[in-house]
Amino acid sequence: MIRYMLRRFGHALLLLVGVSLLLFILMEAAPGDFFSEARLSGEISPQTLHALRAQYGLDQPLPVRYLKWVSSAMHGDFGYSVAYNMPASTLLLPRARNTLLLTVPCLLISWLLAVPLGVLAASRRGGWIDRVYSGGTSALLGLHDLLLALLALLFALRTGAFPAGGMASLDVTGGLWVHWKDIGWHMVLPAAVLIVGSLAPILRHVRSTMLDVLDSPYMRAAEGHGINRFTLLFRHALPAAANPLISLFGLSTALLIGGSLLVEVVMSWPGLGPMVLEAILARDMFLVLGAVLLSTLFLIVGNLLADLLLYAFDPRIRTEA
Amino acid sequence: MRQRGKFMFVVSALVAVHLLVLFAGFVAPYDYATQDRDHAYVHPTRVHLMDCAGRFHLRPFVYVTSLQEGALSDYREDCSQPAPIRFFTRGDEYLLAGLIPSQLHLFGVASPARLYLLGTDEFGRDQFSRIVYGGEVSLFAGLLAALLALVIGVLAGSIAGASGGWVDETIMRVSELFMAVPWFYLLLALRAVLPLKMDPVSAFILVVGVIGVLNWGQPARLVRGVVLSGREQNFVQAARGFGAGRLYILKRHLLPMTFSLALTQMAVLVPRFILAEVLLSFLGLGIGEPFPSWGNMINEAQQYHVLVSYWWMILPALVPVPVFLGYHGLADALREKLQSQVRFRGDK
Repeated sequence: MIRYMLRRFGHALLLLVGVSLLLFILMEAAPGDFFSEARLSGEISPQTLHALRAQYGLDQPLPVRYLKWVSSAMHGDFGYSVAYNMPASTLLLPRARNTLLLTVPCLLISWLLAVPLGVLAASRRGGWIDRVYSGGTSALLGLHDLLLALLALLFALRTGAFPAGGMASLDVTGGLWVHWKDIGWHMVLPAAVLIVGSLAPILRHVRSTMLDVLDSPYMRAAEGHGINRFTLLFRHALPAAANPLISLFGLSTALLIGGSLLVEVVMSWPGLGPMVLEAILARDMFLVLGAVLLSTLFLIVGNLLADLLLYAFDPRIRTEA
Repeated sequence: MRQRGKFMFVVSALVAVHLLVLFAGFVAPYDYATQDRDHAYVHPTRVHLMDCAGRFHLRPFVYVTSLQEGALSDYREDCSQPAPIRFFTRGDEYLLAGLIPSQLHLFGVASPARLYLLGTDEFGRDQFSRIVYGGEVSLFAGLLAALLALVIGVLAGSIAGASGGWVDETIMRVSELFMAVPWFYLLLALRAVLPLKMDPVSAFILVVGVIGVLNWGQPARLVRGVVLSGREQNFVQAARGFGAGRLYILKRHLLPMTFSLALTQMAVLVPRFILAEVLLSFLGLGIGEPFPSWGNMINEAQQYHVLVSYWWMILPALVPVPVFLGYHGLADALREKLQSQVRFRGDK
């Protein structure tokens, strides 16, 4: 157990270091920085610019800056946002929390929806439920997040049933409960968009892995023993199909985090998405770097969770480790 | 047989759509930049067969519309000025397939009447024409980016699979890095370091390059798998026994094996990359005005008042849906074919 976890953890850490190095080099390759835009204004003298660069440490060589940045990132400090004149982490962390607030429930809900539906469709292969299911998932695949988000926005604006964007109303006052209810209310539409947008691939995979399991001889044997359908499906078939599904769980976090960026922008949810966009337009590189790394961190944590689940569900892995 | 019919239908529909946008100038009744300031936010033009007096006409026609006095976007039809829809008419000049200058359009109406099949935008530009022209950008950005990702992926994957050892290890670890970042964040990160403002052509090349370069990981891993299993096939072993060189085996035996996989991957990647271009342009980081892309057209619909008052402005977001469905259908069909091929080979 310990060895397996350490290995997965080490792998995740290496991945994070690799990604940060990759991104750091990428940012370095960029022509110009925040201050080169300022140079164009002509009101700031070259000496001032030079001093500013030195003040932010932009004049030091790349390896030195990377090491400095890594050592400060270890302490939760992702560098300095020049556009906001603030540490990047003070800007990023609340945003990251909001992104998680939106994506984690969506992840759980879409899996809670997908698994029973997929099992149902697989157990009725070829029947009308299965055909509706397959047709529905194919159609869902065509609908992209952007369209869904715009439709949700249109719905909110037309009916006024839900708030059109944002995360909290300004005029709501009261206790913690009222505050959270307000946030939940704002969350309904973006969450719905995210769930519908990410459901299709999950649904498809659940069905196809279940079909593979149901086809196997031991399932037919179990059926022959007269085990009832429900026990058969959920007690015997689903655990056997768990392995590929859990790997997909890790991948689906990627899907959701990517999709959430767009939904956040369109529905003005104050998560990492709008901040990243703003930072790009302002050439605020540390902010971009921090946001991308945080999103990578979410993804890696998602995959780690999947690994742990796999360990719990698949005895073969336990003997391997 | 039914499967085959479906496959042919999907392929021909996709080919038709691509031809349509390739000859955008001919298909679109107006140029993408032609402005008609007196007709901002016009409702899609109604095509009639029955005139105001209730008489039936065989040739469809439209009425000249004009803005109501004092209204923002209330256009009324003028019953005294019908204009029949004509085919192969003369209109705005364009370059056919980017080469031959021409004025011939598939259909149109004589001025002062206007034929806005899908309404107009803020500047009175024809949405239908802009969607057709925008398809040229969005569809081909997706295709070219997928081609680029595949070329890099097949190269990297086959080199990794064929050489093994530390080369394989390095290539696979690097591909893992690219796949560890949520793709949209990675896309934006790379976009962030490139210049923001540029002319449409370099923006197009840039967008294609960025999308293609970032997504080589998945095809590379799949190709590597095929090459690895291919190396163990008897005829490849035999070729090696006869003294065939590494490069020869790679070129003659291993690469052809990856072909059907590459084709399937293409069908999987193209819709994803079309969407990537649409999203980039939507966020103002891709192809910019005045040249239309589905993405930058959707951007206008994001404004609340536009979204609520002018429903036709949301159409550019709907257009990619059938295209995506087509590509997904194609990918499914190809995948099925690939699987039956593998099964066939396994039986032997």
